[in-house]
Amino acid sequence: MTTKNLLQAIGEGLAEEMRSDETVMVLGEDVGRAGGVFRVTQGLMDEFGPFRVMDTPLAESLIAGAAIGLSVNGMRPVAEIQFADFIPPAFDQIVNEAARFHYRSNGAWSCPMTIRVPYGAVPGGALYHSQSVEAWFCNTPGLKVVAPTFPADAKGMIKSAIRDPNPVLFLEHKRTYRLIKEDVPEEDYSVPLGKARVHRGGTDLTVVSYGLMLHTALEVARKISNEYDIEVEVVEPRTLYPLDKETILDSVKKTGKLLVISEANLTGSFSGEIAAIVAREAFEWLDGPVMRLGAPDVPAAAFAKPMLDFFVPSAEKIEAAMLELARY
Amino acid sequence: MSAESENKGDGGVETREESRNGGAVATNGEHLVDLYKKMILVRTFEEACQRGFRQGKIGGYLHVYIGQEAVATGFLDAYKEGDAVITAYRDHPHALLLGSDPKNVMAELYGKGTGIVKGKGGSMHLFDVKKGLYGGYGIVGGHIPLGVGFAYAMRYQETDHICQLYLGDGAMSNGAFHEAANISGLWGKDGMNPCLFIIENNQYGMGTSVERTTAMTDLAAKFDAYGIEHEKVDGMDLEAVLEAAHRTTEQVRETGKPYVVEALTYRTAPHGAGDFFEKYRTKDEVKKWRERDPIGLLEHKLLERDELDEDKLEEIKSEMKETIQEVSKFADESEEPAMEELYSDVYSGSDEYMGEE
Ligand SMILES: Cc1ncc(C[n+]2csc(CCOP(=O)(O)OP(=O)(O)O)c2C)c(N)n1
Ligand SMILES: [Mg+2]
Repeated sequence: MTTKNLLQAIGEGLAEEMRSDETVMVLGEDVGRAGGVFRVTQGLMDEFGPFRVMDTPLAESLIAGAAIGLSVNGMRPVAEIQFADFIPPAFDQIVNEAARFHYRSNGAWSCPMTIRVPYGAVPGGALYHSQSVEAWFCNTPGLKVVAPTFPADAKGMIKSAIRDPNPVLFLEHKRTYRLIKEDVPEEDYSVPLGKARVHRGGTDLTVVSYGLMLHTALEVARKISNEYDIEVEVVEPRTLYPLDKETILDSVKKTGKLLVISEANLTGSFSGEIAAIVAREAFEWLDGPVMRLGAPDVPAAAFAKPMLDFFVPSAEKIEAAMLELARY
Repeated sequence: MSAESENKGDGGVETREESRNGGAVATNGEHLVDLYKKMILVRTFEEACQRGFRQGKIGGYLHVYIGQEAVATGFLDAYKEGDAVITAYRDHPHALLLGSDPKNVMAELYGKGTGIVKGKGGSMHLFDVKKGLYGGYGIVGGHIPLGVGFAYAMRYQETDHICQLYLGDGAMSNGAFHEAANISGLWGKDGMNPCLFIIENNQYGMGTSVERTTAMTDLAAKFDAYGIEHEKVDGMDLEAVLEAAHRTTEQVRETGKPYVVEALTYRTAPHGAGDFFEKYRTKDEVKKWRERDPIGLLEHKLLERDELDEDKLEEIKSEMKETIQEVSKFADESEEPAMEELYSDVYSGSDEYMGEE
């Protein structure tokens, strides 16, 4: 067991899958020679050569579409969209083609493809290098959307995504790439898609979060446990779509309160879906309003630093929301 | 076309006969000296940006134009008030050359309230509609259809304005480019698309060379597929660019038909200011192109023709350094934007903001 950060763990998962399955290949902009702008695919071209690790032209629609073609013909492509903000041209291929293939072919075809998508606000990312796009895709049956946050989970889940017979959108929060290191197993293992993880048990309220916000939520949960004896149960969906409702509902039925935190623009975000499920299916158990925290409904995590800091829910805002709900 | 306009890949470029000799535009000495000063403005500004980035005063993604100065300088010399200029994210020179105040441009890069878009956009997303800059765009290729639309509107409204549409070699792999070029050619048949496509072919899109992107590396000739005429120009030679720029902008203005100039150039700076490892090209290659640095080439001509002497060149450069020092100081000392600005300009037509925090 060695300690690894998120990007190293994903890279290692990719390499291991490529070693054990010759049909696994990687394609995207500057993923080969340069090793990817975030260095996730570093070393893959040297080890597996240019026919399995391909630098593509600047063409996102092509990257997703070609991956579909590859996947229905015996390959297991892992495509990279360099930044989530660049995915719209590929949206058509992912939503209108990949997600519907199995359904429309009487189950004859499936698309065992993975699309890796670095997302989330970063300093200076501004209009086109900061978006959280998960809600765009969590309304698309046939597609799986996963968003692991911790390195060991991410390595296990990239393996599951590659082995999954369905198209999987694999979201990686850019600001968590190098944020922490943890023990990551060397031996072959996988972490199932569709299963949430409970990070810390608690009785006073449930927080559901993922990505950078999960790290902040965990930090604040520890803090208010020390300072106020308030115990927050923190649940990470890991897979957003299809969602592991059971784990979330079990937790809320225990605590009676729910706060969902994500970094996306609040209106229409995936938090709303989680809130709706809990409002309907755990209504009898609720002791407070279902609450959400997200980014303001403005077009971008604007460039100036104070604006970015305001855009992303801060530890202070999260603490205030947790305390408000716990004391409700 | 491809036979007579071949990029030798070492910085030596053969271009059309007319372009090579400075052609139709009389470039008198004074005018050239003036443009030399503009190129020094761009270079000095870009170097100050790199310094600001290293000092941590400029954050995020920063892309400079070092090595490519002759292209925007030449073409924007042919800009006429009312024209539209639209480009990707390597956009500082376009703003500066159109006359945006360098202080406001630098302040934008510093994320300050005095920035050209109030600190909301940063380096890649400059906008100055009054000066003719219809935007720098961070989504590569995404701006190309927009430019074609601008051009149609100009003709529909019976103006003689044109759109100068800058695009990179990398952007030409994108579907949006092909869709836009196609309709531009079609609308151009009726004289409804005064759009000048200016390809800033600097040989690479990030770490991927043109050769590794397309089997058909004559980029200008791709427009044959859409019925749009084209030529190439040595993008390191200001005089050649200038000649092509004035001739082709006038042609587009007159005919309402799109036209393409592929400027063969090179960015001697890394793709982005944070890119330290350049595995995709050799030091030798960079060195060869640096020998044809557009500023060096122009200096050589000016000296040879006795337009300026060494002392005068030094004087121009050191004056510009002082000016840009003031610019950086202004940016550094400016206030951060007011937080209300995060919510301003989300919708037009009403000052009522519909969302809530
Ligand atoms: C749609 C989209 N895909 C990918 C990127 C990432 N990216 C930024 S610059 C760049 C290369 C662009 O090359 P080129 O058009 O030649 O412009 P240059 O940098 O050479 O000026 C890429 C791939 C992006 N910004 N937008
Ligand atoms: Mg380029």
